[in-house]
Amino acid sequence: MEVTTTWYLVLGALLFTIGGVGLLIRRNPLIMFMCVELMLNAVNITFVAFGRELNDIGGQVFVFFVLVVAAAEVVVGLALIVAVFRNKPGATADDISVLKG
Amino acid sequence: METAVFLVSAAVVLIGAVGVIAFRNPVHAALSLVGTLFGVAVLFVALEADLLAAVQVIVYAGAIVVLFLFVIMLLGVDRVENLRTEPLTGQRPLAILVGLLSLAGVLVVLVGGSVAATGGESLTEAISDTTPNVNQVATLLFTDYVLAFELTGALLTIAVLGAVVLTRRPPTSLPDGDDTDGGED
Repeated sequence: MEVTTTWYLVLGALLFTIGGVGLLIRRNPLIMFMCVELMLNAVNITFVAFGRELNDIGGQVFVFFVLVVAAAEVVVGLALIVAVFRNKPGATADDISVLKG
Repeated sequence: METAVFLVSAAVVLIGAVGVIAFRNPVHAALSLVGTLFGVAVLFVALEADLLAAVQVIVYAGAIVVLFLFVIMLLGVDRVENLRTEPLTGQRPLAILVGLLSLAGVLVVLVGGSVAATGGESLTEAISDTTPNVNQVATLLFTDYVLAFELTGALLTIAVLGAVVLTRRPPTSLPDGDDTDGGED
């Protein structure tokens, strides 16, 4: 049985869906961040799979940039979470809905 | 062989992903995330993206997850979340419904019209069989995409500055009277 690009695309779509559902149902901001990472990884799989399908190295270069932006996003996001948790220990996403300390 | 590699790592990826959203303890969720990221790295190897597989392990599993764990441990937010109660009535069925709808949409776009959705072949540069993967990606990064490369460098610097500014305590909240008299030695 040959592994085609479609298999990778279906896997990416499933991973993206799991991440999106997790983002919607969890309330812990840290877990929500991890779900965003899952969605980014799903997109990365899709990029590389399409890059191989279309014989184009640009997909891999783009994944490189996605990785860098994901790292920057995690740094700023975790700093925000630390700042929020310092004032409100154990806060969930519902407790900070007014965006005000 | 490739089929076995794909099936095993796809199972690891999906089980890890379900673990991230199903574990009640954030530490377990972070460790489950490591499993998913390693599975994705194996898939990158299977797709002949060697540089990305290495970067995936080093940056994601080595740096980002460690950062997550640091925040969990330092803040003591490893409290177990109660997943039995729903904050909003019907939130979970609706979330799963939305997930299934978006899955259907993504599958239609990706699998149904793959080439139509992305354009022609080898628009950037064809994947070479002779040049090593690292050399090819690096050549493209430092020629065609050098402006974007520099901008991501600036982005990372700004992110570090932002993190420092955000987590800095204001001077008034420093604990006063922390043994300024000293001198008992």
